[in-house]
Amino acid sequence: MHKNLRLSGLEPVTITPASNFVNIGERTNVTGSARFLKLIKEDKFDEALEVALDQVRGGAQVIDVNMDEGMLDSRAAMVKFLNLMAAEPEIARVPVMIDSSKWEVIEAGLKCLQGKGIVNSISLKAGEEEFIRQAKLVRRYGAAVVVMAFDEEGQADTLERRISICQRAYSLLVDKVKFPPEDIIFDPNIFPVATGIEQHRNYAVDFFKAAKWIRENLPHAHVSGGVSNVSFSFRGNQKVREAMHSAFLYHAIQHGMDMGIVNPTMLEVYNEVDKELLERVEDVLLNRRDDATERLLEYAETVKGSARKKESDDAWRSGSVEERISHALVKGILDYIDQDTEEARQKYGRPLNVIEGPLMAGMNVVGDLFGAGKMFLPQVVKSARVMKRAVAYLEPYLQEEKRLSGETGKPAARILMATVKGDVHDIGKNIVGVVLACNNYEVIDLGVMVPAEKILETAKQEKVDIIGLSGLITPSLDEMVYVAREMQREKLEIPLLIGGATTSRIHTAVKIDPVYEGPVVHVLDASRSVPVSSELINPNSRKSFTTKVKSEYESLRKEHESRRQEKNYITLKAARENQVNIDWQAEQIKRPSFIGKRALLNFPLEKLVAYIDWTPFFQTWMLAGRYPGILTDPVVGAEALKLFNDAQSMLNDIVKHKKLTANGMVAFYPAKRSKTDDVKLFHSETDSTSFARLHFLRQQNKKAPGLPNFSLADFIAPEDSGMVDYIGLFAVTTGIGLEQCIDEFQAKHDDYSVIMIKALADRLAEAFAECLHEQVRKELWGYNPQEKFSNEELIKEAYVGIRPAPGYPACPDHTEKRTIFEILDAEKEAGIKLTESCAMYPASSVSGYYLANKQAKYFGLGKIERDQVEEYAGRKGMKIEEVERWLAPNLNYDI
Amino acid sequence: MKIEDILKERILVLDGAMGTMIQRYPLTEDDFRGVRFKDHAHPLKGDNDLLSITQPGIIQQIHREYLEAGADIIETNTFSSTSIAQADYQLQDIAYELNYESARIAKAVVDEFSNQTPHKPRYVAGALGPTNKTASLSPNVNDPGYRAITFDELVEAYYTQTRGLMEGGVDLLLVETIFDTLNAKAALFAIQNYFEDSGRQVPVMVSGTITDASGRTLSGQTTEAFMISVTHVPLLSIGLNCALGANQLRPYLQVMARESETFVSAYPNAGLPNEFGHYDQTPDEMAAQIEEYLKEGLVNIVGGCCGSTPDHIRKIAEVAAKYKPRVVEVAHA
Repeated sequence: MHKNLRLSGLEPVTITPASNFVNIGERTNVTGSARFLKLIKEDKFDEALEVALDQVRGGAQVIDVNMDEGMLDSRAAMVKFLNLMAAEPEIARVPVMIDSSKWEVIEAGLKCLQGKGIVNSISLKAGEEEFIRQAKLVRRYGAAVVVMAFDEEGQADTLERRISICQRAYSLLVDKVKFPPEDIIFDPNIFPVATGIEQHRNYAVDFFKAAKWIRENLPHAHVSGGVSNVSFSFRGNQKVREAMHSAFLYHAIQHGMDMGIVNPTMLEVYNEVDKELLERVEDVLLNRRDDATERLLEYAETVKGSARKKESDDAWRSGSVEERISHALVKGILDYIDQDTEEARQKYGRPLNVIEGPLMAGMNVVGDLFGAGKMFLPQVVKSARVMKRAVAYLEPYLQEEKRLSGETGKPAARILMATVKGDVHDIGKNIVGVVLACNNYEVIDLGVMVPAEKILETAKQEKVDIIGLSGLITPSLDEMVYVAREMQREKLEIPLLIGGATTSRIHTAVKIDPVYEGPVVHVLDASRSVPVSSELINPNSRKSFTTKVKSEYESLRKEHESRRQEKNYITLKAARENQVNIDWQAEQIKRPSFIGKRALLNFPLEKLVAYIDWTPFFQTWMLAGRYPGILTDPVVGAEALKLFNDAQSMLNDIVKHKKLTANGMVAFYPAKRSKTDDVKLFHSETDSTSFARLHFLRQQNKKAPGLPNFSLADFIAPEDSGMVDYIGLFAVTTGIGLEQCIDEFQAKHDDYSVIMIKALADRLAEAFAECLHEQVRKELWGYNPQEKFSNEELIKEAYVGIRPAPGYPACPDHTEKRTIFEILDAEKEAGIKLTESCAMYPASSVSGYYLANKQAKYFGLGKIERDQVEEYAGRKGMKIEEVERWLAPNLNYDI
Repeated sequence: MKIEDILKERILVLDGAMGTMIQRYPLTEDDFRGVRFKDHAHPLKGDNDLLSITQPGIIQQIHREYLEAGADIIETNTFSSTSIAQADYQLQDIAYELNYESARIAKAVVDEFSNQTPHKPRYVAGALGPTNKTASLSPNVNDPGYRAITFDELVEAYYTQTRGLMEGGVDLLLVETIFDTLNAKAALFAIQNYFEDSGRQVPVMVSGTITDASGRTLSGQTTEAFMISVTHVPLLSIGLNCALGANQLRPYLQVMARESETFVSAYPNAGLPNEFGHYDQTPDEMAAQIEEYLKEGLVNIVGGCCGSTPDHIRKIAEVAAKYKPRVVEVAHA
């Protein structure tokens, strides 16, 4: 007997086998519709309601509502929109699909529906218990449910995983929760195809097969999915996308998909799709031939965009030389830039006229598009690569002209950039440099570890208009203050820009601005660098801008002053009494498989690839979103995917040709905690004297009852417990060989690849640390030999034990690295050095401790008081002032 | 014998209006207050549910009259006994007690009758009314997104009501006079929570209200949409009551009879009110209209709502005895 899925708004909707396909409106979805997002963000709910109304009028049988966007209060937006929809009878007529990845948003939405809607979605992601809990509630609220093919291991991307997850979810729902099977809708994940990535080739076929399997094996259940995902690789190419959607739907429906989130306006009629296009689309969807993707791309190029652009691939070549240069810059095409530049040189006579004419005009277009958010950073960097190449082509002519005339041309403005002494991190600085260069600034990049003297000297010599300082580690903050002081001493008036990961507006206002009378501005990211620079350089705006920023910083300082006194801190003694409570007698401490140190030299890079956490990689490129979702993000997805593909090919090259060397050191020692949060290390369990001490800090902010004042030392057994505990130390690098690669790219004026390889080397270093940590847990220390996690869970740190690193929130004192490096002899053994600021060199390195206790967790130290600083200085044998300098950001008092 | 099995054999009769019967007693403000609430800060006249505490004899007597007239199921005097509805009288704090006392009174009378005629068991249905607020409609035309009550607040109030009724000993729960389905969903949510928490459950009946000739609930749902929206809960019966007379209710009952996979109930008003707000349909007229349902085999439970009296119920019980109940088939087979 067949059981129908029955839904209701103000009117009933019954899905029978004869319904064929239920069309779910997708436009009231902030993740799918930029327009809808904008309306919601601007609180234009009236207009947003019209979007819903249009969909109902356009034939949507169910309306999907999604408010999942980082900047929105998703829950409030969901409630408000659903309540407003309920007041419009024409909209409220149809059932609602509450679409969110957050359960609290779903639950809030369910409380607004008088009809029977659909929850989209729940999954086994967080395990069976949570799945059952949510399913029970969905039922109790009276809704049907979409179940995503997702489990504890991650999203199902093969047929087998889709089947096993859906089967398991179905059994739990039907047998355990007594969920009516006809109210279950499976979403077996529609992923993009034709992405150029080998593993993606069979995505559509797997979906079709999964749909068929579900309909045949899970009685009464339905199959749904977000159709537009499948064509993400062809964003901007409406014709191909529409063809892909209709072909995908055609096959999916044949295989039993009976509901779907579809934009009806982005759907071509299957029979009306151009036969050649259809064949190529179906080759891709059905994975019928090896060159299917290439052939579809080829076809796509011929029908790109709207009718206006319906021209062949090379059509832009027939434009004027100015148009061609502009096109090449905007699109980042290197192929013809030499010949076009030459043509322009002949036309304009002087090489400088080419730079100031068509090249600058093209870069201005790029700058405008970037400023308007219509281009993303990876594209801009590619544009800069074209620009540099053109300028390099003109360079000999420029020299020749200079030689003949004896004069020098002056560009618009000159900006000096440097990563300060002791710091080696420069990806962010490079990005800023590229963006500035794209906007007609001449950038003098002094590189990394640049002493103040060199910065000042170059600034004076080159008559720079702006100095930009960058740094990633906390000691760099002090160095920046020092540079600013030196600039004041020399009575300079050059504007100073401050940027980099540890810098902040508040630090700039409180510490740097007061020591320099010239303009000081904290620049949040690369995109802000251009408007700030232009304000500072323009003689008309410079003064008012400077006054504005100075007064802003002044009030920030005042606010900081008054706010600082409010927080509640306790004495070090009281904090220590409130330490983490561990019953050491009940602990089963595992002895590591060896005591002492071990080197892992030339570690195979291919083993590290799987451990890469890609999300920070995209952050480096200023693309916001989590991997892998970012690849299909409606806004940055296309660029993210391109970037990812470029990264993959470079990564392949690095691994294949062993361009980087991965070296690591790991050591384990018996360890005992002293009464003062130090950890003593011993060469053997029977030694009575320690050979080294690690010094840890303790939180001193007043905690709510039941919450301890953490110190990493808490996770090591205390001396008086009578237990023998252990601690691990490690240092890894994947940066050996990096310099050479960078030199090669720089010789080709290829900033894009320079940034790319640095970003990849950083990711590899983190991956190495993650991989080594797993080996430590399973074998080297072996306290958790059975663990089995997906990479996603590793990234979420679902495992037992931690690997905190000095300089990070739990133990912010960078100087502790010296102890680690000394014990490991990391410089000699693995080739990793420490700079005078305790930055590791090569930069793509990670070092830290291994703590194995079950309760061990990451935390932020926060601010500490003078009593701890004084005691800590004593423990370390350092001067108080010196400790204060290293820990400046963590002090709860002024120095 | 379980009520589900009895319902397969005969049509059960529900009682009639409580308010109409209370109006026959010339009760003053002091009568409503009784001794206990003589100093209550807010006027209490009109709070019929309060009489279960201050004038329990009257409520008992009304129950008895309906049972004597032939009712199988009587409703507790708790239509407005939620903390939300009682807030109008500043009596939100005694919501539990109102429900508990009303249930106890009804149960005692029912036991009297069941003991006399064991072959004809009588039942108490704990009545959960709609409250005086709507969760899916804004009372403010200029602010359609506004809500005077939230789902969570309703769940909390209904939970207390359910607990009072259950602990007072009801045999059934009846979520009735539903004009906003979201309110009813909150009531059903609370009932299920209570069942789970207490480990005890009773059959649940649901009865919606079609407010006018458009055939929709006040909150805009068609009969069928309403049914789909509440059947996620296992129900003993689903039906319609109030607002319309038996004739006007018939087309919507036909929908229910066709679509419902559970028993169907109907307890219409005694016609439509006249210009003075009184119902003047006679017992014979009302019974004759209800007989039409029975001929068509539309219902399993019949009774009366506003304007109906023990005399109406007696006539209805007489015709009900002549007909076979609606056969429950699983729809969409």
